[in-house]
Amino acid sequence: MSGDLLFGVELAVSGLLVGVMYSLVALGFVLIFKSSGIFNFAQGAMTLFAALALVGFLPRLGMGVSILAVLAVMVALAFAVERVVLRPLVARPPLALFMATIGLGFFLEGLAQAIWGTQPKGLDIGIPDTPYVVGGLLLSRLDLAGAAAAGVLVLGLIVFFQKTTLGLGLRAVSDDHEAALSVGIPLGRAWAVTWAIAGVVAVVAGVLWGSRLGVQFSLSLVALKALPVLIIGGIESIPGAILAGLIVGAAERLAGGFIDPLVGGGVKDFSPYLLAMIFLIFRPYGLFGREIIERV
Amino acid sequence: MIYRECGIYRTSYAKDMALFPIPLDRWATYAIAAAAFLAVPLLASDYWIGGLIVPFLCFALAALGLNFLTGYAGQLSLGHAAFMGVGAYAALILYARYSAPLLLSLLGAGLVAAGVGVLFGTPSLRIKGFYLAVSTLAAQFIIEWVITHVKWIGGGVYATIDTPPLRIMNWWLIDTPVEKYYLTLAVVVALTVFGRNLVRSRVGRAWMAIRDRDVAAEIMGISLFRYKLLAFAVSSFYAGVAGGLISFTYYAAANVEEFNLFLSFRLLGMIIIGGMGSILGSYLGAGFIVLLPIFISQFLGGVGKVVGRLVTTDLLANVELMVFGGLIIFFLIVEPLGLARLWRTLKDYLRLWPFPY
Repeated sequence: MSGDLLFGVELAVSGLLVGVMYSLVALGFVLIFKSSGIFNFAQGAMTLFAALALVGFLPRLGMGVSILAVLAVMVALAFAVERVVLRPLVARPPLALFMATIGLGFFLEGLAQAIWGTQPKGLDIGIPDTPYVVGGLLLSRLDLAGAAAAGVLVLGLIVFFQKTTLGLGLRAVSDDHEAALSVGIPLGRAWAVTWAIAGVVAVVAGVLWGSRLGVQFSLSLVALKALPVLIIGGIESIPGAILAGLIVGAAERLAGGFIDPLVGGGVKDFSPYLLAMIFLIFRPYGLFGREIIERV
Repeated sequence: MIYRECGIYRTSYAKDMALFPIPLDRWATYAIAAAAFLAVPLLASDYWIGGLIVPFLCFALAALGLNFLTGYAGQLSLGHAAFMGVGAYAALILYARYSAPLLLSLLGAGLVAAGVGVLFGTPSLRIKGFYLAVSTLAAQFIIEWVITHVKWIGGGVYATIDTPPLRIMNWWLIDTPVEKYYLTLAVVVALTVFGRNLVRSRVGRAWMAIRDRDVAAEIMGISLFRYKLLAFAVSSFYAGVAGGLISFTYYAAANVEEFNLFLSFRLLGMIIIGGMGSILGSYLGAGFIVLLPIFISQFLGGVGKVVGRLVTTDLLANVELMVFGGLIIFFLIVEPLGLARLWRTLKDYLRLWPFPY
């Protein structure tokens, strides 16, 4: 029994650490939603793009310069997206923007793989994948590094949205594009900045996930795991994304460890969605989302 | 001049309500139908019929279903392919295991898919927009999982059910591509005529009212509960029939791999490119997406010959993704109502051409 318990605790802890990584991807979604009201389906593709670009630059430039180069690429990409995709769609229904980001996702996946190839590649960021042993529990160093990176990012973002003028302006934009424009918030620049920040988040997520799974197409599917995280946490809440990421990670691992052997596998992969469905029915705005009351 | 409405007097209610009040439209429709039933089997090769036209018709049918839900009723769905999968398995279980008649199996496929669609559509009563999109995405994953893991449905490791020889009434064997084409065409035409009538009935108007402003629709006395669920039911019914049909005539098996998330996105792309809220658009979009890989490989093959480099399949697949994504964005920005709207614009232009004033 105590073996089971230890197994359970280990699963839960490793799940929590994986959950941090989900939170990281979900954070990209939350950022863009919070500051522009757009649900950015291309976040996963951006993560893939960033990771592939990094792997592509590495042999020639070395780690430090490559990361700077990738950041520059993502910022340039953000400005291009704002100019080409978002600006023509100002004040159109949110669903049109959503579908445009689906198209953008496909475009980026194709582009990244056309440039840097479809072969899975390893990414070594210099953190050994040997676990720490704490009181009988195995903790992955990579996961811990991921958790630390996520923590720093989140703190920075919370300060940005609560304390800076641009952050406040972005929150206004998410409420109503046209109203924000009419009080003088430079919509185009605001969007470009948000997408640039989401690009930076994609770089961090791409590096961490890439070093874990290898850099390959399935990276962009990690984003699909982030969607239940969003639903559970509330679509515009940064703390919600973190907490929900932890919940999803732990639930996934526990389902994989305890339920899968009973029913023949596969529950692990869609347990987050099951959880999200339950939330959608009973608490559609998530744990910390803003409750928008519409009686229809 | 060429396409004109003057001189057409609608003197009775029946004439006013006709599907095609303008003779030119009517004759054009008859001509297209005649071409589809007579000319295509005579002129097109078996490869074209079996490899392109039949899947095109099936995808068009599925896209039509998605168009009811997304284009007419305004509810976004990212799990439409899963409903096709439900239909595929339902059709094959009915036909292969319980030896139900072929057409009844297709009907059953539609009904089962409609039931599942209603089940996954219930969240739409409380949530909308992105939240609904995510819940339909959940439907995609859950349905795929159930099909693979419930032995009774998939019946094994690969969850594939092979299609036995197709027979109608136990004597008419449907075997050659042309025969399969006729089966597909008959089902698709019947369902298209039904759909075309449905969207201009009370149901279709209720859907459009909900799409345009749900609060206003509710205040006008339209039951959101009934019509949203009806939209899910009808759309899944079409998807289910399309899924059953494509497994019968094209894949020759029901295989859950075929009905994956990417197909859901492709169906969404079809209606965005073809035209949201348009029956014709579903066909144009489906044709466009089915032909796109061929255009791209021809074009890149030509470019590759000129440049003198071999075009790899990897590159083709990636360029296809890029073009697909780019087209979705392009149409959303430039022509949100899609190819169907371009067709409409052309007709409006021909109304006065060549004497614009």
